[in-house]
Order: sequence, then C-alpha cells, then structure tokens
Amino acid sequence: MAKADALQGSMDLLVLKILSRRPGLHGYAIMSAIQDISGEVLRVEEGSLYPALHRMEEAGWIRAEWITKGTGRRARLYELTAAGKKQLGMEESRWQAVTLAVNRVLREA
Amino acid sequence: MSLWTRMANVFRGERVNREIDEELEAHVAEAIANGREPSEARRALGSALRHREKSRDVRLVAWLESLRADAVFGWRQLNKTKVTSLAAILSLALAIGACTSAFRLIDAILLRPLPVANPERLYDLARRGIGPEGKPQNFDGWAYPDFQLMRAAAGDQAELIAVSYVEPVDLTYKSDEEIERAYLQYVSGWMFPALGLRPALGRVFTENDDLKPGGHPYAVLSHDYWSHRFGQDPKVIGRTFRMGNDLYEIVGVAEESFTGTSPGTMVDIFVPTMMHPGATRKDWTWHRTLAVVKPEAAFEPLRQKLEATSRAFEEERAKGFLGMRQEDIDSFLNQKLVLEPAATGVSDLQTETRRPLAVLGVLVGLVLLIACANVANLMTAQASARAREMAVRVSIGGGRWRLVQLVLVQSAWLAFLAAALGSVFAWWSGPFVVSMINPPDDPARLVLPADWRVLGFGLAVALGVTLLFGLAPALRASGVNPVSALKGGEDPHSKRRLMHALIAVQVAFCFLVLFVAGLFVTTFQRLSHQSVGFSADRVLVLDTTAKAPQPVEFWEQVAEHLRSVQGVETVALTDSPLLGGSSWNNFISVNGAPTNGVLSYMRAASPGWLDTMKIQLIDGRDFLPGDTHPGAALVNETFAKTYFDGVDPVGKTFELSMDEGKRLGYEIVGYVKDVRYRNLREPILPQLYVPFRSVDEKGVTRKRGAGVLLVRTSGSNPLATAGILRQEVPRARPEFRVSRIRTQMEINMSHTVRERLLATLALFFAIVALMLAAVGLYGVLHYSVLQRRREIGIRMAVGARAGGVARLVTWDVFAMVLVGAFAGVGLGMLSVRYVESLFYQVKATDLQMLAIPALSILVGTFLAALRPVMQAVRIDPASILRAE
Repeated sequence: MAKADALQGSMDLLVLKILSRRPGLHGYAIMSAIQDISGEVLRVEEGSLYPALHRMEEAGWIRAEWITKGTGRRARLYELTAAGKKQLGMEESRWQAVTLAVNRVLREA
Repeated sequence: MSLWTRMANVFRGERVNREIDEELEAHVAEAIANGREPSEARRALGSALRHREKSRDVRLVAWLESLRADAVFGWRQLNKTKVTSLAAILSLALAIGACTSAFRLIDAILLRPLPVANPERLYDLARRGIGPEGKPQNFDGWAYPDFQLMRAAAGDQAELIAVSYVEPVDLTYKSDEEIERAYLQYVSGWMFPALGLRPALGRVFTENDDLKPGGHPYAVLSHDYWSHRFGQDPKVIGRTFRMGNDLYEIVGVAEESFTGTSPGTMVDIFVPTMMHPGATRKDWTWHRTLAVVKPEAAFEPLRQKLEATSRAFEEERAKGFLGMRQEDIDSFLNQKLVLEPAATGVSDLQTETRRPLAVLGVLVGLVLLIACANVANLMTAQASARAREMAVRVSIGGGRWRLVQLVLVQSAWLAFLAAALGSVFAWWSGPFVVSMINPPDDPARLVLPADWRVLGFGLAVALGVTLLFGLAPALRASGVNPVSALKGGEDPHSKRRLMHALIAVQVAFCFLVLFVAGLFVTTFQRLSHQSVGFSADRVLVLDTTAKAPQPVEFWEQVAEHLRSVQGVETVALTDSPLLGGSSWNNFISVNGAPTNGVLSYMRAASPGWLDTMKIQLIDGRDFLPGDTHPGAALVNETFAKTYFDGVDPVGKTFELSMDEGKRLGYEIVGYVKDVRYRNLREPILPQLYVPFRSVDEKGVTRKRGAGVLLVRTSGSNPLATAGILRQEVPRARPEFRVSRIRTQMEINMSHTVRERLLATLALFFAIVALMLAAVGLYGVLHYSVLQRRREIGIRMAVGARAGGVARLVTWDVFAMVLVGAFAGVGLGMLSVRYVESLFYQVKATDLQMLAIPALSILVGTFLAALRPVMQAVRIDPASILRAE
C-alpha cells in the first residue's frame, strides 16, 4: 500500500488540513484520522509523525498543549495557528497545481 | 518557539527529553487501547532514542546542545587523567603565555599604530647612502633650515613636522636646589593640529607657537607626566619651569593616549622647535622629519621634490666643506631621500629590537609547537585507549562529525584552560621582560595595554592550538572502524607512526631552539668578557652642570676638592664618559696633506684621565695642566695605524680640518693603548684625546657649562660615596650641580643589554623546549611499551634477551630522534643566516655550537628512555600471557 511518504511533502498538508477541521488532536488521533478518512489508503509512518509535528511546531504553524485525560495520562494536543492557516492555504494550492499538472501529463502524453 | 527558548532548552535538556518520551508513551498507550499488539505498536514507532534525537534537534539549538554535552563529557575525561591533563595544560600554558607576552612586546614596539588621525598616512623622511666608513647607512636626522625649505616645497601635498630625538633634560620648578629630570621633545607647533591631537587641559601648540627662534617659551605636558608629577592638578596651567637659561610657561596638557611619536620613549614635556638652540644652524641635525602625506598627493613626485630641495640645500652648504675629499662630499650629496612608513611611529628602540624580537617570536613559536606536539601525542594515546568507546559510539549511530567534535571539544578545554593560565603568565612576564631590556638610567617606557588586540591574539592562539593538536587525533578517532576496534584488532602500528613523526618534529624544533640559544649565550659571553681597554671598576660618572658657563679653573677646583673627599682615589674631567653614547669626530690631515677619509673620534680629558680610567700609556706623557685644545693631543694605537703606519707618533703633528677651511694644529704628546669608544661590537676606532681646557682663536680659554667628573673610589661599592659627592660638588663651587650619577660599569653593561636579554630568554626557552621534548619522548615510549606488552612478553617467552627488548622498544624512536636532529641541523643552518648580525665572534658552523645541542638532546633522550625501557625489560612473560 502506498505510504504517505510516497507522496512527497504531503504529510504537512494532511496534518494541517486535519487540524484545521478538528482542532485539539493528539498525535495518535491525527494519524488515525488520516488513515480513516483516506479509507486506509494513506498510512502515516508512525516514526516520522512526531519529528514532523515538532518541526511544524517549531515553524510556528501549530501549537501544542498538554492536557490530562480522564485516565490520568497526559496527552499533547495540537491545533492550528494563524501562520498555520496561511501555510495550509499555500500547501493546498501547491497540491492543486501539482495534481493538475500530473493529470494533464497523464491525459495528453 | 523562539531561538531564545531553544537555547534555554539546551540547559533544560532533561525536561525536553521527558516530554518527548511522555508523548511517545501516550502514543503507544493509545495504540494499545485501539487494540494493537504492544510490541507491534512499539516497533512501528521505531527507536525512541532516534525520535528523541530528531525531535530534540528541532526543539533546541542542536549544535549548542551537543557542544554542551561534549564540554561536560570532555571535562570528565580531563578529570579522569588529572596528572597528564595538568601536565599538558601547564606546558601549553607556559608556551601560550610566552607567545602572548612576546606578542604584547612586539605589538607595543612594532605593530601598534600611533593614536593619531590617519596614522597610515604618516611617513618618516630619511636619507639612504654610503656612510664615511663605506657602509650603507640610513639616517633620519635633519637640520632645521633644510626642513623649512622642504616644508615649503611640499606645499599642499604633505604637511611636514619636525620632532626632535627625545632627550632627558634637567629642569627646576622652584629653586635650583631641586633639579628634576624629564624627557623633553621639541616638536613643530603645527604637529598637534596635523595629527588631530586635542588638549586634555588648557591648549596645545599651533603654527603661531613656532615662528621666531627662541621666542616661544611655552610647554605642553604629556598626560602621563601631568598625572605622575602633578597628580592631574588643573592649576598646573600657567606654572613655569626653568631649563638652561629659559623660563618656560606650561600652557596645556596633551590628550591621554598620545605619548610621543617614538614607541619606547614617553615624552614628558613638549616645547616648540623654535626653542631648540639648533633651530637656525645648518650643520646641526637634531630632529626627525615626519610627513603627513595628503591622500590625493602623488607620492613619487613629492619624494623627488623633497630630495631636490634637500640636495640643493646641502650643495650650498658643501661649498664650505674644505679639506674633505671630493668623493666623500659626492657620496654625501648623492644620498637618496626616502619616505618610510611610520604608522607605528619611529624610534631607535624599533630599529634595535626588530630582529631580536623577531628571533624571540620564532623561538616561542617553536616552543609552542613542541608543546602542541606533546599534547597531540597525549590525545592520540588517549584516543587509542578510547578506541572501543569510539567504536561503540559509531555503532549506535553517533555521527562521525560528532566524534570529531567530541575530541576537539576536549582539546579546546585544554587549550582554553592553558590560555587562561598563560595570560596570567603573560600579564606578569611582559613588563618583566621590558624591565630587563632597560638600561637603568635611560629606561624604555612602553605602553603595554592588555586590550582587545592582546585578548584577540590569545584567543586566536588558543583556537589555532586546539586545531593544531586536536584535529589529527580527532579525525583519527572518528575514522575508527567499529568492527575491528571492537574485536580489539586494529593495526597497532598506525597510531605510533603519527606519534613518531611528531617526535621527529619535536626534536628538530628542540634542536633549533637549543642551537640558537647556544649561539646567543656564546655571543653574550664573548661580548661581555672582552677587554674594553680601561677599567670600569669603582668608577663613578658625575654629569655636572653649571648655571652659566664657568672658567675651566673653577671646574678644576671642583675636581681638586673631590680628591680630598674620603674614599676617593682619583678624579678627572671629561666631556663625556667612554661608551656613554655621545660621539664627536673629525677628519685628520697629516703634514698638510688632504685627509684619507677616515674619521677620528675625539674625547676631551683633563690631566689624570688616563690614570683614573687606567688606560695604559705606551709612550710619551699624560696631559699637563698647561696643555690646551687645540695644541696637545693623545692618540691611540688604531690612530697611529691609520695615520702614521703604526709607528710611535709621539712628537709628530697633525691638523683637524674644520668647516669653512679652518685648521687646528696639534702635537702628539702621548701614545696610548686602544679603548672602546662607542660600542663593543665595531672594530676599534681611531681616537684622539684633547685637553679639557679649550681655547679660541685668540688663545683665550673657553668657559664650560657642562662636563663630566670621573671619580675612582676606593670602596668596593662606588655608589656608597655618590651621595657625599653630590653634596660636595656645590660645596666646592656653588655654581655647580650634579645632575646625574652613574657607574661606569652600568654604562658598559648597557651595551650588552640586548645580548643578555636574548641569551637569558633563549636559554630559558631552550630548557623548556628540552624538557617538553623529553616529556614527549617519555610519553611515546611509555605508550608503545604498554601497547606492545603482549609482543614483548611473547618474545621474552621464546628467549629474547633484555638488550634485544630494549632495542626493540627504543630503536624506531631513536631513529626518529636522529631524523629530527638532522632536520634540526638543516633548519639551524638555514635560519642562522637571518640572525647572523646579532652574533659576535661566533659562527654557526663551529663544531662546538652543534655539539652542545646534540649532546643535550642525547642526554635528554637517554633520561626519557630510561624508565620505559626498564618497564619493558621487567615485563614478566608468564603473567602477561596468562592475562591475555
């Protein structure tokens, strides 16, 4: 099955999009959401999820907050920042442009 | 996350780690709650360690973090081997300290620009040509009328400034009983505006303060003098002092940073050039000429214009040079005028110390390299002991670069600790060395600030040293092959090869330092033990002045009075002591023939001078009270050789040819042994001594305002009588004052100051270099014995004898020592050419000069090898083989 990494650079886009719809998810929930919505087609490699989240946090696109869940375990919840929204817009239009171009090649080649 | 948080996170590393772990744990818990296998979930997430590293890199400034970790680790490593670390730090500190203090000296004397506006546009005018002795010479003294013409010729291309040679003068602020000594410089009034100098108090001179000869009795004090003499009293403006017959008024204080234009002398008092007695004299060269060249000026045309102006002036003056050979006049006129960059000022100290300081710089540099090689060997040995650790680090994913960094950081610890210690050493030793160069009566006063230049140099040395001794071991450590290292089977010889090469380098440098030190020590010995032709023991030199010029009879009365003082053996009068720095010469004409172009050097002496100085009379007699100058003369052996073919000249006559064709006649009444006149190195000069009593054309005795009383005392410490003599002089005649008392011994010794300094420091560095090299050698031998224990054990088990084992351990190291020593001889022969001028009666090719360093190194090597060889021989094969 295609992994998310195969679609280069799409991890950021997917995470940002998910967080823009449902703010306040922890890492596992973000991963599950991507898998569920894509109908199990896209799988996030768990190993690269957290470095990516931390990188985006560092870039200021998302921010994180610790909350204590009912089980007493703490969880780190992520949400989009204003800069993240802007970044999402850019990533989306870039994605559109790329897929359009790919489609055109497939049609006309 | 801001950069600041990331940097702060470096020092909260543990918390960051915990948070990352906790988030990952939460992830796994979530996965298990969703029904996944715990082990599968963990595997899917991957190595926690790698996550941590990756995420941490994002969350904090990674390099800073790793640097911090390495620094902590490096510090622990150093602490683990306290003794070796300490030895490394101390030897490096000594070397870095010596380097820094050499730099401070070199910087203060030769490199630091003057604190004036645009120092890079400052030039010193000098004339370059062939001197009367046939040697090339460079002279930057000028006569003032010549200077005025050149200044006018330079026009708006350059501003010319006259600055006199700084001289100590006697002056009084209140009564004549309190004569003080101060360093005075005559400067052009417009120097201050031209160099952009402002007053700290009152005003500084301008063009208007320097117009009429003798018409501007004003003085500007230096800030330093104002501080130490007047405690920065603002009321100093308007005070007066008397110097000679002139009363000067203090009008201002110069800005603090400006201490004159000659590094090595700090001016106390500036007065306008027009106050100099030679301001109108065409034949008196008493000042330097500095030029501030305008940025738009065309350099070569300016130089030519100045040269043409000066040449025209001298041609006019040369018309009066009668009795001088035409070729001498021509070579005088044909001198080339040069503009030498003077951004760092101009001083005799610079010319005198340029070479010695360069030599010292090289010597300390070599010592530093030897110390570096030692530390590099130490690090290599340690690195090989840590080969397993490095291998483990590589196998669990430590990047090679991180390993390089790890070892380099440890080196940096060593270097910076050593630099810190070294700077303490430099802070102390810089002024100490300056005090050693200084003749006590005319001290070089240097500004030795410890500012950013010195700090920058120290840091650069520390960094350079880190790379120098740390890089090779670091690269080697990072190049470790985990598989073979963990098996314990890395090529055992690879490390030793590097160490052996370093040994050869060390020995070569050590040989060079020892060799040069030997040459300097021998030079100093030969120079200070040679005969000067007179006896300086127990002789006091009393510089004496009178308020106004006094008849010679009064001078003789003073001398006579001193003869009756207890503890005084003999007293004589002269114009200046032998070797005292002042010289006076003339061309000689025998039987009316033109001069042969050799200058004869003169001294005025009273009857009894020969006896007081213990100069041997070969034939004839000493001066008698009635002898006059011109009239009677004493001459030395070289004089007789130069003008009378070495025949005893007593009874013969000669003439001195003076300016404007005048001739003075003399009869030689005495013939004396050669003595040193000007310095200890040059060949003995032809000398002639004339009576202290000098008469003018009409035969009237001239009065004298200044002279020197030479007193030979009977006590072993001549200075014990100095106080009494100082009081007795005005008691004999109230017009006279003693302005300064020196011993003749001190004057003689001032001529070997440079040699003594070079010899002492070179010897010191030679000992340090030898010690460092021996320690290095010991370290390498010790290490190689440790490393080859197994091999030695096996060899002994199969019957090798002690001698064979000793040879095995030492042979390749001794070979390296030999290679190094030969390289050292080569280096020595090559480099000695550049310092030959500093040697005296000693040649680099003297066998003895080569034998001493060779022997020292041999002994050093032997001592260093003793213990490791004993260790090797004592190895018990049984226990070694059992342990393996």
